[in-house]
Amino acid sequence: MSSPATISAPPPSRDVTRHVAIAGNPNCGKSTIFNALTGLRQKVGNYPGVTVEKKTGRFFGSHGEAMELLDLPGSYSLQVRSPDEAVARDVLLGRQSDTPRPDIIICVVDASNLERNLYLVAQMLELNIPIVVALNMVDVAEKNGIVIDIMALREKIGVPVIPMVATKGTGLIELRQAVSRSPLPSPAICAQMPIVLEREVMTLAKQLPVAQEVARGEALLLLTLHEAALDDVTHHDRAIIEATKAAQQRLVTAGIDPISAPVDARYDWIGGICAAAHHTGDSHFATSISDKLDGWLTHRVWGWVAFLGMMALMFFCIFTIAQVPMDWIKAGADALSKWVEGHMAESDLRGLLTDGVIAGVGGVVVFLPQILILYFFLGILEDTGYMARAAFIMDRLMTKAGLHGKSFIPMLSSFACAIPGIMATRTIESRKDRLVTILVAPLMSCSARIPVYTIMIAVLIPGHSSMQKALIMLSMYILGAVVAFAMAWLFKKRLLKGETPMLLLEMPPYRLPSWKGVALRMWERAGLFLRRAGTVILALSILLWALMNYPKPANTEATKSEALAQSLAGKMGHTIQPLIAPLGYDWKIGIGLIGSFAARETFVGTMSQMYSIESKEDEDIGPLRDKMIAEKRSDGSPIFTPLVCIGLMVFYVLAMQCISTVAIVRRETNSWRWPLFQIAYMTGLAWLGAFIVYQGGRLLGFH
Amino acid sequence: MTTEAGESLNNLPLGQKGRVTGFSLPPEQRQRLLEMGLTVGAQFEVVRFAPMGDPIDIKVRGYHLSLRKSDAAGVFVTRL
Repeated sequence: MSSPATISAPPPSRDVTRHVAIAGNPNCGKSTIFNALTGLRQKVGNYPGVTVEKKTGRFFGSHGEAMELLDLPGSYSLQVRSPDEAVARDVLLGRQSDTPRPDIIICVVDASNLERNLYLVAQMLELNIPIVVALNMVDVAEKNGIVIDIMALREKIGVPVIPMVATKGTGLIELRQAVSRSPLPSPAICAQMPIVLEREVMTLAKQLPVAQEVARGEALLLLTLHEAALDDVTHHDRAIIEATKAAQQRLVTAGIDPISAPVDARYDWIGGICAAAHHTGDSHFATSISDKLDGWLTHRVWGWVAFLGMMALMFFCIFTIAQVPMDWIKAGADALSKWVEGHMAESDLRGLLTDGVIAGVGGVVVFLPQILILYFFLGILEDTGYMARAAFIMDRLMTKAGLHGKSFIPMLSSFACAIPGIMATRTIESRKDRLVTILVAPLMSCSARIPVYTIMIAVLIPGHSSMQKALIMLSMYILGAVVAFAMAWLFKKRLLKGETPMLLLEMPPYRLPSWKGVALRMWERAGLFLRRAGTVILALSILLWALMNYPKPANTEATKSEALAQSLAGKMGHTIQPLIAPLGYDWKIGIGLIGSFAARETFVGTMSQMYSIESKEDEDIGPLRDKMIAEKRSDGSPIFTPLVCIGLMVFYVLAMQCISTVAIVRRETNSWRWPLFQIAYMTGLAWLGAFIVYQGGRLLGFH
Repeated sequence: MTTEAGESLNNLPLGQKGRVTGFSLPPEQRQRLLEMGLTVGAQFEVVRFAPMGDPIDIKVRGYHLSLRKSDAAGVFVTRL
């Protein structure tokens, strides 16, 4: 608390003099400009009620005045097709309650792809908000033989146009000046609609219960909605919807198609602009370097080689290079644990710190290097434009499984963690395809399963070469992926029938990645991951520790194993034993499974907590692997037989064991129905898989 | 809305240039194609096919757009 004498700074939100939104097509360099303006002064949150990420940042105008910059999701049109785009539109129409209508929009336009990029500008101009056009990548355009007459462009669009090369910082000062101008001029020009259409627009605009300045834009958006989408509109009365439909009917009778007429009008307007300000050399249909690269990277043979090679390289890095920093983190956690043990007398608190907090959280933080490497690769693939090629190559295969070319990225991300994977499904416009992708994404083996696989493989084949171990690990990944595709196919066939929606994929020219952008994204994701480790996982670790240590046995002479058996966790393990006995598991594995439903990675921690509790009495401090190998049933036979090890791995491949994923699916699908269904079907599959391995294996004479 | 039925985009060979003449697609899909610049009268070139023959990559309004053959079947074109 500050003393009354100090003059405290006013709360930051009051400093903001202007709300600026930045919009543009995907791949136009919008994020680069956002990052260049705001640097590390960024905040990632959510719009209330929906899970669309809200990214804002603070920047300063040319006179040092603070402004808030809102990053709108990249979109091709204001005609809404995804939750992301709905938010963008609602913000621009001043309909998003927590976000003020922006004072000015920076509309980023890719100079090397002017014609199509101007379409969104044309729509923005209809919204009656001051606009600055950031004409980005003028260097690329120049290289492609495109000459743009900036003066003519300004005159034709009627708003400031700032030529920029955002990756080099060119034009940033001018952009700052343009958004700092006072007063901000409203746009005066926009595409001329056919007169009959314009008349209907104005009539409808008068009936809309919205501010006058947005009425025309909103009316035009409504009139161009097709029937099914109109019926989905919830923010207007039925009367308005009916009036819109009647107007559409009148237009059709007059020979004007409400779907295509406005689009044609905008492109006609753009055609006029391009004729005056945009000159291409002969290169319009010529082969660029990017085209030549595509000749290889999407080639019938080399395309696959390159694709598989890139995936292999990514996984190689995730599993080998990451090992070094992972060992450091592990060593650090161990050292910390030893230090605490050396400086504290034996007590419950010490046990909580070493066995609960440090072992639990350390066991999760250890994945940070893998997650960073994954985001490094995903960032580069995205920035270079290769992601679109991956979708292009994979679409045919994905559609066969009932998925979508764009499902590929979420599925791939899910190899690191299902959470970013599920969040990445937002780019899929079709609701059904998106839902199917969400339902199967957690079947892809995420990095939290790695420690479980690692320990089980070590128990299964101790002392074998790392090659054999890697092969078993790989087969678990393949199993997860195969089941994911099979389930997607089944869901699409039975549960979510419907025609395959259309794929429209822009293939942007290849570009060098922005290292700063990649680094920022890694930083952002690491922060989100660590926050989860510090909250959810920390709480779970403490809870699990408590469950395993309380209640204390009444008999003070009880051995540590007897104490564990009498703890709450021990009782829970015994309770579910009948359920898991057919899988060959004892009640101790049961405890591990219970803990894993919160987060898979706790399995290893739980097992080591359990065995370390027991082992302390005979001072056996061998690695967990040896303890597990030595673990016996009451009849003296080993518990971790090969069948149990494999079955347990299969269980972890298939089971939905992650509270954070459940939470994200709940948010993304906006109901409990789908996450509950997902838990049920995945747990069922996992049990069945482990059952088949154990019982089937025994029938075949294995043990 | 079908203006003038003709050849479908999915039948064009590699390297073929053409012009859009009409659509036979549900309104939402038609609108999306239109907004991506594939309007009636727009010129394009079939640039490449994906390794498994589908989707098609076309160049329209100076950029690359790929779409599935099943969707391209609803786009009518004339060869140029």
